[in-house]
Order: sequence, then structure tokens, then C-alpha cells
Amino acid sequence: MLGKLDWSAIPFDQPIPLVAGAVVLVAILGVLGWVVVKGHLPYLWHEWITSVDHKRIGVMYILLASVMLLRGGSDAIMMRIQQAMAYQSQGYLPPEHYNQIFSAHGTIMIFFVAMPFVIGLMNLVVPLQLGVRDVAFPTLNSVGFWLTATGALLVNISLVVGEFARTGWLAFPPLSELSYSPGVGVDYYAWSLQISGVGTLVAGINLVTTVLKLRTKGMNYLRMPMFCWTTLASNLLIVAAFPILTATLAMLLLDRYLGFHFFTNEAGGNVMMFMNLIWAWGHPEVYILVLPAFGIFSEVVSTFSGKALFGYRSMVLATMAICVISFMVWLHHFFTMGAGPDVNAIFGIASMIIAVPTGVKIYNWLFTMYGGRIRFATPMLWSVGFMVTFIIGGLTGVLLAVPPADFMLHNSMFLVAHFHNVIIGGVLFGAFAGFEYWFPKAFGFRLDERWGKAAFWFTLTGFFVTFMPLYVAGMLGMTRRMQHYDIAAWRPWMIIAAFGMAVLTIGVICQIVQLVVSIRNREALRDRTGDPWDGRSLEWATSSPPPVFNFAFNPDVRGEDAYWDMKAHAKQQSLAHETPDYQDIEMPRNSPTGFVCAFFATIMGFALIWHIWWMVILGGLGAWATFVVFAWRDHDEYVIPAEEVARIDRSNIEERRSLVSMAGTV
Amino acid sequence: MNLLDPQGTVAAANRTILVDSVFIMLVIVVPTIFAILAFAFWFRASNPKARYQPEFVYSGRVEMVVWSIPALTVILLGGVAWIGSHQLDPAAPVPGTGSPVRIQVVSLDWKWLFIYPDQRIATVNTLTVPAGAELNFQLTSSSVMNTFFIPQLGSMIYTMNGMVTKLNLRADNEGKLQGLSAHFSGDGFPDMMFDVNVISPLAFPDWVANTAKADAVLNEDSYRKLMQQGVEWGRPTYRLEDPRLFDLIATQHIPPGPGPELASEAGRSHSGGHDAR
Repeated sequence: MLGKLDWSAIPFDQPIPLVAGAVVLVAILGVLGWVVVKGHLPYLWHEWITSVDHKRIGVMYILLASVMLLRGGSDAIMMRIQQAMAYQSQGYLPPEHYNQIFSAHGTIMIFFVAMPFVIGLMNLVVPLQLGVRDVAFPTLNSVGFWLTATGALLVNISLVVGEFARTGWLAFPPLSELSYSPGVGVDYYAWSLQISGVGTLVAGINLVTTVLKLRTKGMNYLRMPMFCWTTLASNLLIVAAFPILTATLAMLLLDRYLGFHFFTNEAGGNVMMFMNLIWAWGHPEVYILVLPAFGIFSEVVSTFSGKALFGYRSMVLATMAICVISFMVWLHHFFTMGAGPDVNAIFGIASMIIAVPTGVKIYNWLFTMYGGRIRFATPMLWSVGFMVTFIIGGLTGVLLAVPPADFMLHNSMFLVAHFHNVIIGGVLFGAFAGFEYWFPKAFGFRLDERWGKAAFWFTLTGFFVTFMPLYVAGMLGMTRRMQHYDIAAWRPWMIIAAFGMAVLTIGVICQIVQLVVSIRNREALRDRTGDPWDGRSLEWATSSPPPVFNFAFNPDVRGEDAYWDMKAHAKQQSLAHETPDYQDIEMPRNSPTGFVCAFFATIMGFALIWHIWWMVILGGLGAWATFVVFAWRDHDEYVIPAEEVARIDRSNIEERRSLVSMAGTV
Repeated sequence: MNLLDPQGTVAAANRTILVDSVFIMLVIVVPTIFAILAFAFWFRASNPKARYQPEFVYSGRVEMVVWSIPALTVILLGGVAWIGSHQLDPAAPVPGTGSPVRIQVVSLDWKWLFIYPDQRIATVNTLTVPAGAELNFQLTSSSVMNTFFIPQLGSMIYTMNGMVTKLNLRADNEGKLQGLSAHFSGDGFPDMMFDVNVISPLAFPDWVANTAKADAVLNEDSYRKLMQQGVEWGRPTYRLEDPRLFDLIATQHIPPGPGPELASEAGRSHSGGHDAR
């Protein structure tokens, strides 16, 4: 009846996951109870859960990423404490638990923090920057989000019911094959990534289509803001790379479920094929994450320097070059597999070539600041912090691309330090910069600057104190994923790193406090202009938060930095418009398709993990039926009458005009 | 285990490349970091002396320079990578004094087996080698992937079941070193550290002769016992019965290691893995 599932799946003998799980459960029930008691449920259902508004979906993506950041961060804290303790002892985490933690940490941070954070920001901002009303496929967008949430949910269920993979975040066979990992851990891993992978793929298709097909009048490719370009590049990579991940994991699952031999030791399976395939996805993946971050920094540096982006076309070229080359370097993840000197050298050099367009980007940001009038608001701090940090990560990255150096450093703590250096220093700093920068746009009030700056300085310091020692440990021969060790020379560095982790944690706490303080002071921090940073692109041309239809009129774009242009013209011609001719606007109707579909997908995923076949069929049929019902819908749009559009738009314009005339010159 | 304190030719050459590459990059990176901080500081909004030039958004000369600097660095480093990859290919010969020593390495769950086919001996978790001689390693795995790595002797290499990788090293100084697995392989992974004794070439034949007196015999049967999951705390030595044992393992005539035995059909796997300690 319940497949492999029985009471032994719940780790009653292990207090840590049990307590953690109980805390999470109580928190969830508490929030749910509060929502129901306060009568917010209808609001949540109508305005958020079933929403197909790209801004709302973007916000939900970022919320998911933030919650999962806390989960992945807890794993990180546990790991740093373990390695600080486990010198000539077992520490406090036994191997079967420690191994789950580092596997979960990697999986969560990449798939359920970094990915949803950047996809959320792209969702929120790109249609606004393009001057359009929504993404290309609004309901699909909602489906994509909810499927990502399904994956995150399954990973968290594994905390209490069963176990998570103990194989590392990429689950290399043969260790991840049934013979060496007979438990449900790898199945949790694979099915949550399969389901959320579908979500990511549809998000990618959606955003590519949006950028290619839905741009406002005059917004040709070379007038798009840099963030739209990096979004395009990143999502092209998603569309090209995620099917590889899906196929690879499908093969692993076939091995595990149906006795196939793609990657087994026996019967002609080949583990090197898995290595190739997983990295053919895995390397583009890091650029999927970092390219949007590059876009955010481009927007932020240009806005806060009060200048257009330096060398815009050069930046576009660099972005697309990275997009293409990133597919040709995957082998540098296994130089030490004995591929032979020609192959190693060619892939090493290809990997270095990526450093050229990346270096160009750094220099172009540098020259954007040159001759600027730089305001050091929080987003700009993150950006400057990123530039310095990322260069160090770039240096160690290029070093690892030199095969003989990699022969000494592969899989070491040096490598761990390197990729945290680029992912924290690049992607996470970018996500935080974007969060601070676009928060007023999404919610209509700014975030508290003092707490924001505190968060920045603690995070930056914490990052260096945590990860610089790991570089040293790597140089001392320490390899990654050590549950305990006996080498005295490694110990001091592990202790410093644990201390750094504490500082990093303070940074995260500051960020939470910042959010709370800002919500409480929201009236004082209110942004009535829609343009709190003196921005340059179209998202600042509408109110904060934007009306559901984004723009009453599709803006007419006449150059790069569209909104800057408009402001410059408006100053000369005064803001007065002749009374505009408002039209009815058709918007897509909200739809529970995404939520319901993900609900059934969760059931199916859970049932597949535990071999509960009747439930698999139930979940699969449910998800399919949901789509059929959606496909047969009669009305998919509703009309916002012209009077309503006029009323909303006029009130926004009035408010803005009064502020502008008060300020005199902007 | 300090990488900057190499005890072998390959490690020394790797270190040279590593250090040189870092210096080549620092030449670019340090001024760039300095420029970022300097520009950010000088052009702050509150500095009245800084000249605001909002129109400075393109300059062909600057573009030329910013594409050239990283490109030239990469050309230089690409040369280093190309030459280094060929000279330090793990399979490339490393000339040494005396006759080369052949060592066949098998990574087991979770220990290292070192077979000396020419000397007809085998050891677990200790590798004894003569200083100065070329060491020809052939490596495979009994089950999952591992990476064979002696940081102070140089390059690491993967071990994979059903496949043989090659690695040549040379130890230059007598002494005790340590090696480890550099690829995660399961619960006992951190206990895959092994000792490396580099002894004088004159003492090596004596060590071989002593080891050959071992009571324990390594043959297919004892190998099958050895490949059960578990950590080996001792340093057992064996007489090697059949010098072709490594080939039997690598060609899967002896099937891959069994993995954890399930405690019950219910299948909580963490009850399956033997405790590492």
C-alpha cells in the first residue's frame, strides 16, 4: 500500500533532523494558522497563489529563495562547526548525517536559492524594462514557479521522512547507483531536481520568448537595458542546458528504478559519461546564475554613477560571448580523469578565454564609474564589493583552468573557496544588490539604508574571514567533504572559517532586521515618485508598485536608457501631457493551474521516491488533467475598462508631478 | 601536506606553474582592484573636485585596451597551460635513477591497496617507495570513484572501476608523507588517508624481502574479503599470489565491490553503511 514507506523512515533516534523538522513544521503551521484565523486566506489565494502577474510571481520566487537561503545557510553553519570540531575526533555529526548535509547544502543553494532568486528578479523586472504588460506565457510562468516550489518542498520533506542523498550535490555514480546508495536519498535528490527542472525550463522558455517577441515600440535589441540582455543570454543557456540535466538524471533514475546500466560499473555502464553530461549542464549553469547578476551590476553601477553604461555594445558582445563559450569548457571539471594533454590543454585554454569577456565587463563597470557622480546607496556597495571580490574569484578560477595547477587543487578546499568566492561574491551579492535596488519598485517603499549597509559590511567581512582560510587549507592539501581529519595544520584554518561563518550569519540577521524595520517604517520610506534612485530604464517610468497592467500606454522608446531620455525631454517640455486617450486593457486571468498542477506533482514525486505506485498514477493523472482543463478554458483574459486605467494612471501622474514640481529640478 | 613544499619532481613542477600563474595574474589584478577602489572613492558624489562627465560612455581606445589586457594575459597563460599540460601529463614518463618501480593501486571501500607485481607483494594503506626512482602507477577502483593524491609528490588522478588510469611520479627525498583520496566515496571517505614512506633505494630491496615474508597472502579470496565496506586501521602487508590480480580486478573478472548490505528490506540506507569508526 505505501511502498517502501513505513515508520522506520522517520529518524526518531536522531535529534537534530527531528528537532529541525519539528521547528519548521511548527513555523509553517503557525503561519498557516495565522493566515486562516486572520481571514487572509482568500486574499492569498486570489492575489498571490493563483496570480499570473509576473511581478507577483517574481516576488514569490524571491520569497522562496530567501526561505531556502536560511535552510541552506543552517547547513553551512553545521558544516563549519563540524569541521572546526572534528580534528582527531568525530565531531558532533556522524558521517551519514554530515554527508547528507553537504549534499543538501549544495543542492539547495544552487537550485533553490540562487536559481529562484535570479529567476525571480528577472520575472519582476524584465517585462517592466521592456515596457510590456506581462511575460509571454503568464500561466506557464505560474506553473514554473510552483514546480520549483515542489522541488524545494520535497528536499525539505527528506529532512524528516527518510533521508537526503549522501553523495554530494551532483550525485556521481557509481556511488549514487542503487548498489552503493540503496536508500531513498538519491531518489529525493533526483526527483526534486526533475520536477523543479521542468519548472526552470518553462521559466527559461518564457523569458526567452518575452525578450525576443514582446518589446515595446522602439525597443530594439540594441536599446534594451543590459539586464534584459543578460536575461536573454542566461535563459538561452537554460533552454539549451536544462534538458541535458533532465536527461542525465532520467538515465540515473532508469538505472535505479528499472535496472538499466547507463552509469553502473557492470554491464557496460560508464561513469565518465555521467561526468561529461552533468558538467555539460553544470558549467553553463554557473553562467545561468552569474550572467543575470552581471546585468544587475550593470544597471546599478550605471544608475548610481549617474551615467549610461560605459561601452554598452562591448558589454552586449561580452555577454553573448560568455553565453556561447560557456558551453565549450565543461571538461575542466575533470582534468584529473586522465584525458590526455591535448584535450586538457584545449579545455583549459577555452576556460581561460571566458575570462576575457568577463574582464572586459569589470573594466567597463570601472569606466562607468569614471567621471560619474557616485552615490553609495546599499545596491552600489554590493556592486563595488562584488567587483573586488569577484576579481579574486576570477583569479583562482583561471588558476584552476591551468591543468597542472588543477592536478594539485582539484576537489580541494581551494576549489571550495573558489566557487564560493564567485557564487557568493558574484551571484549572491548580485541578488542582494538587485533585491535592494528593485524592492521599492515591487513594494512601494525603500529598505532601511542603515541596516542594509550593516548587512553589507558584515557579509563582506564574513565572506573573507570564512573563505580565505579555505584557500589556505586547500594549499595544505585538504580535500573537500571531510567529515573528520587528523592533520594538525588544517585545524586553525577551520576554526577561523567557523568564526567567519558567525560573522556571515550576523550579516544575514541584519538583512532580516532590515526587512522588518523597513516594513514598520514603510510610511517614512514610501516611494511616491516611482523613481527612487533616479533610474534610467523603463521600470522606473511607472508607479511603485506598478499597476497590474504596468503601463497605461506602451512607452515609446527612442534610445538607450529610455526613461533617462524621457526625463531629459520632460524637463524641457514640462511634464504636461495633453489628456491621453485611454484604452481598455486586456490582462490574463488568474489561474490556479500552476498551484494545482504542482500539488499533484508533489504527490507524484513523493510517491515515486517511496515506490507507491497507485499514488504515482494518481498524481500523474491529476497533473495531466489540470492541464487539460486549462487547455479547454473559454475565457483567459479580462478587461480593465479605460475609465479604470485612466483613474489609476491619473492619480499616479498627479502624485509624481506634484513631487517633481516641489523638487524643482530632478 | 603543504603544496608549496614539494618532495618530488612532479610536485615541484606543478608548484612552479601554480605560483607563476598567480604572479602573472596578480600583475593585472592588483592594479585593477586598486583602480576600482580609487575610482569609486574619487568619483563619490560628495567630492567637489571630481569632474562629472556623463557623456563619457564610449571610447574606442579604452575598449581596445580593456579587450587587450585580459586577452594578452590569457594568451600568456594559455601558453603556460599548453606546455604545462604536455610536460606534466600524468602519463608522461618521469625519468629517475635506477629501474622504475611498478605499483598497482586499487581504491577499495574505504582503504587503499598497493600491489607491487614485480616484487610479488602488496600493502594496504601504506605505500613504500624508493627515493629517486620513477614510480609507474596503474590505478583502478574496486567500486566507486576515488582520486589518488599524494600532495607533496604531485598530480592526482581518478580511480574508476573497470578502467585503468596511469600516473608517473618521483619522490626525491626520503621521509614520511601522507596521501589521501580527493574524491568523495562514501561514509568512510575521510579515513582513506594513507602513509607514504620514501626510503633509500638501498633499503628498498630489504623492505621488499621483509614484506615478502608476510604470512597473509593476497589472492582472489582474500581480496574479496578486503573489498567489503569498512575502514582498515592496521597496515596489513601481503605476499602476492598471482601477479595478474590487478588485471583481474580492472577487467572486472572479479566483480565490483558489493556496497552496503541492507539491514532490512524496508531499506533505510543509513542503517546499511557500516559505521566508519
